[in-house]
Amino acid sequence: MHRVYLDNNATTPVLPEVFAAMQPYFVEQFGNASSIHHHGQHTRAAVEDARESVAALLGCQAPEIIFTSGGTEADNLAIAGLVSAGDHVITSSIEHHAVLLACKHLEEIGVEVTVLPVDGRSLVDPADVQRALRPNTKLVSVMMANNETGVLLPVEEIGKIATEAGVYFHTDAVQAAAKVAIDVNRIGCHTLSISGHKIHAPQGIGALYVRKGIQIRPLLYGGRHERSRRAGTENVPGIVALGKAAQLAKEALDRGDDKKMAAMRDRLQQGIFAQVEDAGVNGDNTTRVPNTTNIHFDHIDGEAMVIALDLKGVAVSTGAACSSGAIEPSHVLVAMGLRPDQARASIRFSLGKQTSPEDIDVALALVPEVVARLRELSPVYKKTALRS
Amino acid sequence: MTRETIAVAMSGGVDSSTVAAMLRADGHSVIGLTMQLWNQRRLAGHEGMPESVQGRCCSLDDVYDARRVAQQIGIPYYVVNHEERFERDVIRPFVEEYVSGRTPIPCSLCNNHLKFDQLLVVARQIGAERVATGHYARAAFDETRGRWLLKRPADSSKDQTYFLFGLTQEQLSRTIFPLGDMTKPEVRGLARQHGLALAEKPDSQEICFVPGGDYKRFIDAYLGEQGEALPDTAGDLVTTNGEVIGEHAGIHNFTVGQRKGLGVATGSPLYVIQISGANRQVIVGGEERLYSRTLRARRVNLISVEGLREPMRVAVKIRHRHEPAPAMIERAGDDEILVTFDQPQRAITPGQAAVFYDGDIVVGGGWIA
Repeated sequence: MHRVYLDNNATTPVLPEVFAAMQPYFVEQFGNASSIHHHGQHTRAAVEDARESVAALLGCQAPEIIFTSGGTEADNLAIAGLVSAGDHVITSSIEHHAVLLACKHLEEIGVEVTVLPVDGRSLVDPADVQRALRPNTKLVSVMMANNETGVLLPVEEIGKIATEAGVYFHTDAVQAAAKVAIDVNRIGCHTLSISGHKIHAPQGIGALYVRKGIQIRPLLYGGRHERSRRAGTENVPGIVALGKAAQLAKEALDRGDDKKMAAMRDRLQQGIFAQVEDAGVNGDNTTRVPNTTNIHFDHIDGEAMVIALDLKGVAVSTGAACSSGAIEPSHVLVAMGLRPDQARASIRFSLGKQTSPEDIDVALALVPEVVARLRELSPVYKKTALRS
Repeated sequence: MTRETIAVAMSGGVDSSTVAAMLRADGHSVIGLTMQLWNQRRLAGHEGMPESVQGRCCSLDDVYDARRVAQQIGIPYYVVNHEERFERDVIRPFVEEYVSGRTPIPCSLCNNHLKFDQLLVVARQIGAERVATGHYARAAFDETRGRWLLKRPADSSKDQTYFLFGLTQEQLSRTIFPLGDMTKPEVRGLARQHGLALAEKPDSQEICFVPGGDYKRFIDAYLGEQGEALPDTAGDLVTTNGEVIGEHAGIHNFTVGQRKGLGVATGSPLYVIQISGANRQVIVGGEERLYSRTLRARRVNLISVEGLREPMRVAVKIRHRHEPAPAMIERAGDDEILVTFDQPQRAITPGQAAVFYDGDIVVGGGWIA
C-alpha cells in the first residue's frame, strides 16, 4: 500500500541529511560535552555549532538558546520560569496544552490567569491583550501559529503591547518554526519555543529562546548545563539533529520553498472542494502557515474519517493527538465557535518537506470517496439532504 | 470460507481479544475497535466515589490491554469515542430509572444504542460490513422463517442473550458471535494458544461504570457533577394493607425483592413488594406477596417472529440470573406484550427486561412495566 503521510503537525520524519548528521554522535562521537578531554571537546563543538544554527533560524544570538527535551518543556520552562505566586498571566484559549495546562497548574499555586477568547478565524484580538493587562501582569503567552488550523496570530502587535507595558511575552512557535520566517526581534518576544520533531529532527529535542539578560528559573536542578538554566547532560545527537534541521529549514525558507508548499496545500484544498460539497476551511480568510489546512466536512464523524483514510493508507488527524488514543473534541475549534458537530467533522491535513505531488493526487482520489461513504451511512446526512 | 473485513469490538478482556485472534488466524482482515464510553476520572473522588480509576471499564488499562493484543496479532486498532452518546442513551436513562423507582439494565441499553448501533455504523463507514463481539450468543439465518435468529450459546452458564433481546434483523445480519459454540474454559485455552498475555485476566462482573457496584453513590456523584439535586423522593413505607409503618429517604434506594435496609423492625421478614414513583411509596410485605403470575413488557422487540398474532407458549426470563419460566405471551397493544406465567414468579422488577425463549431461540423481549 502506498502510504501518504499528511499529519506533519503531529510529527515529521527525520530528513536523511539530519539523520546522517546525528548518526556519528551515538557510537563514534559519544563524549559528554562537559568533559575536559578530546571526546568532550568534540561534542561540545557540535553542540555549540547546533546552537548557532538554531539561533540563525530564529534571528537571535547563540547564548540565547536553551536546549530542552522538546516543545512542552520549552513552554513550561518559559512560563514556570518567569512567573511566581501573585503574578498575573494572559494567554489564549487556543494555546497548546503545554501552555494552557502549565498556566492551569500555576493557578493552583496562586498565579492569576486570564484566558483570552478568539474570533471565528482563531485570532486573538491584540486589543483584548491590552485590556487584560493588570498591574501585576508578568507574562503574556500567545502562540505564533496554531497547531490545528495553521492560522498565524498577530504576535508582533501583541509583542509591542507587552513591551510597552513592560511585561514578558512568550510565544509558542512550535508550529511556526521552519514554516514561516521567524525573527525574535521583530516579534518582540522575550521567550520563544520550538520543537525538533515538528521540523524534521527527531522526537525528544527542542529549544527555548530566552532574550539576553532575562533570568529564568530552571525546571530541572543539577549540573550547570545550559548556563545553569537546564540541568542534565545534553542530548547531543538530538541537538546536532536540531541544528541540522534548523539549517536546512533556513535554507529552504531563503529559497522560497514555503511558497511551493503553500501551492501544494492549496491544490489539495481546492481539489477537495471541487469534489466534495458541504465542506469548508476552518480559519478561512487568515494568513496561515503554508503546510496546514483544517477542513470541516459537514455531517461526518471526523474520527471515522481518520480511521477510514488510515485503512486506505492516508494519515491525517482530527486535531491534537491524544496520548490515550481517544479523541476529544478540539478545544481550538470549539473556541473558534464551531458547532460541536462541525468540530467533530473537521480534519487536519498537514504537509511536510517529504510530501510529493503524487501524495496529493492519492489524497485527492481517496478523500471524496471516503466522505461519500461516511455520508451515505450517516443517518444525519440523509435527513438533511432530504430536507434541503 | 470467504475472507472479509470484520471489525471486532474489543473491550480489553479475554473474550473479545480471543475473537480478534481467532478471526485473524482464519485469514480475515480484522480491525480492532474499542469504544471509549465513559470517563471514570470524571467522578473519581466525588461524593464518596473511589479516587482510583485503575482497572475500571473504559480505563486506560483496558484500552492498553486491547491495544497490546491488536499489536501482538498484527491488526489495525482504533479507539472510538462515544462518550456523549453513552451518557445520553445509557447513563441518563440509568439514573432516571432509579430515581423513578425502577431497576434498570444499562448493559442492554448499551448493546442497543452503542455496540450494535453506533459501532456498527462506524464499522461500515470504515469498510467492515460486519462486527464481531465476544458475547456468548449465537446468530444464524433461518431459511424457513426467512429471519435472523438469536440463540442461546453452547455454554449456558455464560449466556448473554438476555442483554441482546433488542437486536434488530439488520443488526443480527451484520453481527458475528464467534464464541457462541465455545465454553469459557475453551476460550481461555484458545487465548493461551494464541499466546495472549491476558488469557487469565478475570471476568468483569458488575456494571462497568459503577465502581464496586454501589449505584447509589454513583447516582449521587453524577447528579452532583451535573449540578442537579437528587429529586426528593423520600416518602412512606407502607404495608400491602395500606398501613404506614415508617419513612424512607428516597425510592432510588430500593429494588423489588429487597429485604435489607428497610429501617423497620417487625416480627416477620419484610420485603419490598412494589415501588410507587407517583406517590413515593415503598410498599412492603411478606415474602409471599413477592410472587406474581403476570407482567407487562413494553417497547417490545421481536426477533424470531415478525409479530405476535396469537398467544404463544414460551419460557420467560425476568432477570439475568433467572431460569426461564414457562409462560404464555400475547399481544396487549402496540409495542406491549402480556406475559402470563404457569407458576407465580418471585420479584418481577420494573425496569428489568423480560426475554422470551422458545427452546434456545430468543423470540424477543421487552422492558418490564
